[in-house]
Amino acid sequence: MSNALVLQSVPSDAAETADNHSLWPRLFLNGEWTLQKYQRLLKQVSAPSQKPRSLDASGLVAIDTAGATLLLDLLGPDTLADIVERATGLSPEWKALLLAVATAMRGRQPPDAHKQRWGDGLEALGTLTVSGWRQLGQFFAFAGLTITTLLSLLVRPWRWRWTALFAQMQQAGLNAVPIVALLNFLVGAVVAFLGATVLAQFGATIYTVDLVAYAFMRELGVLLAAILLAGRTASAFTAQIGSMKVNEELDALKVQGLSAIELLVIPRILALVITLPILGFIAILAGIAGGAMVAVLSLNISLTQFIGIVQQVPLLHLWLGLGKAPVFAVLIALIGCLEGFKVSGSAQSVGERTTASVVQCIFVVILLDAVAALFYMEMGW
Amino acid sequence: MSVDPAIIQVRGLCNTFGSNTVHKDLDLDVLHGEILGVVGGSGTGKSVLLRSIVGLLRPTSGKVQVFGKNMLSLHSRDRSAMERRFGVLFQHGALFSSLTVLENIALPLIEHVGLSRAQASDIARVKLALTGLPANAAHLYPSKLSGGMIKRAALARALALDPEILFLDEPTAGLDPIGAAAFDQLLLTLRDAFKLTVFLVTHDLDTLYAACDRVAVLSQKKVLIVDTLENVAAESDPWIQSYFHGPRGRAAVTSTNASLT
Repeated sequence: MSNALVLQSVPSDAAETADNHSLWPRLFLNGEWTLQKYQRLLKQVSAPSQKPRSLDASGLVAIDTAGATLLLDLLGPDTLADIVERATGLSPEWKALLLAVATAMRGRQPPDAHKQRWGDGLEALGTLTVSGWRQLGQFFAFAGLTITTLLSLLVRPWRWRWTALFAQMQQAGLNAVPIVALLNFLVGAVVAFLGATVLAQFGATIYTVDLVAYAFMRELGVLLAAILLAGRTASAFTAQIGSMKVNEELDALKVQGLSAIELLVIPRILALVITLPILGFIAILAGIAGGAMVAVLSLNISLTQFIGIVQQVPLLHLWLGLGKAPVFAVLIALIGCLEGFKVSGSAQSVGERTTASVVQCIFVVILLDAVAALFYMEMGW
Repeated sequence: MSVDPAIIQVRGLCNTFGSNTVHKDLDLDVLHGEILGVVGGSGTGKSVLLRSIVGLLRPTSGKVQVFGKNMLSLHSRDRSAMERRFGVLFQHGALFSSLTVLENIALPLIEHVGLSRAQASDIARVKLALTGLPANAAHLYPSKLSGGMIKRAALARALALDPEILFLDEPTAGLDPIGAAAFDQLLLTLRDAFKLTVFLVTHDLDTLYAACDRVAVLSQKKVLIVDTLENVAAESDPWIQSYFHGPRGRAAVTSTNASLT
């Protein structure tokens, strides 16, 4: 096939020289300059060595914007516009296309490539640190804003939003009961098996009951419920509020003089504060039930015996465990909502914030649980 | 293809949503190389018609033929090949929010043609310029764009693969009058350059006057009339009369006549 782009500096026919001297060097365009042939074309052609002064497109079969782009890259917009004006064999449509491309790209600089520098890593670290501090600040600011809103609402009971509160309680609490119960039941059974395996060596299998009861009352019941809620509800909060932000619904609330904190955040926080202790209690019961099943079925401890031992566990441990639940609830709801507000308008951002919200919630819950365990131990409780 | 002038043939199209019938026995031909303006009151199913043709919506009954093939009975692979020959500009842009404008345009080039990222960006940059977006908009995310810029970026994406049929859903809504006029001009240039067929859903009377070869009026669940603008405007149907000869219609006619003389 003939070359797609040929630059001829002098006419082959001497007679033409006299004709019009200003038309040379002349560029000859051949073949198909289309998207389908783009890559082959790219290998074939190179920028002409001289600045052409006219164009002969009689060999051109087809051209589209991809071809026009390539031509533009080779010649530059000014030259292209120039030679298209004095082209022969170019249909008016293609001429219009090439001119449109050349005109549109005139005065635009080719983009400068982003250079890698040795300091980039350091910069990223710095950005991360600063944004970490800023996030912490944001969290406290958000918590403060929520608390003041809550306090101002306390004296105005007519502005309490019962419908939203109950809807959230159903979503976050009631609907989570089956999964929380099932999970804790299974973990209870696992703890009982684990305890039995270790304690049997000391002939103290009966203490398995104490192990399960203490573990679930003090730690596991509320902790597992909180972790489930972090995965299930914090993510939902972030995605809900984040989507509202993307749709500018939050802005719509604002210009109507409505407070997003009052409408969206307070009902969610209160719903979690009310439901997490209840869920935690259900989790404790389910965990102990799981332990009981293992004890009765494979450890030869009767149900009466099991219940008798559980009844001797001081009630303090239950309160110690459940006491953590409202704190976890506030943190989960605050983080979930705050991450929703941080969404910045893209689908990816919703995903990022939701991930961040779940990770932060679980981290904070476990960290706080560890601190609480230390504190309880030091207090001798 | 050039033998059969109708590039899109819709026959007996019915669309029913629950108890709400939007289209009933709708027939429409879109001819090769024309710019067909589709007008109609709100809720007459202009966008539904567009979605039925491009295959986003399975009609309740009826036949949609594009390039002489029945869209509804095509194998999914053939359909995908077919859909590459479409460019669609959605009403609200529907840009991918997690990609920059440039990446939005480059995506089909990378995925369908197999260009490298640099090559695709190169072409994308030209499309961007063609649609009149400034160069620095290339690296912005859609959430940072104004409404008019979103329209332009979406048009640039619709044009990415140099489609044969362009479906535009209210492209000039939200553009300033100057931008809208430039858009009409751009449409004509592109149509002439690529022999594009354009299916244009619009409310913009100026666009109808400036760019459309024929106008289809959707009313009473079907296409009331498809003809040149003069003939449509002369139709006696009351809705058409008030549409074309209401205050806005008259203004558009006057301005077109003024620019012609």
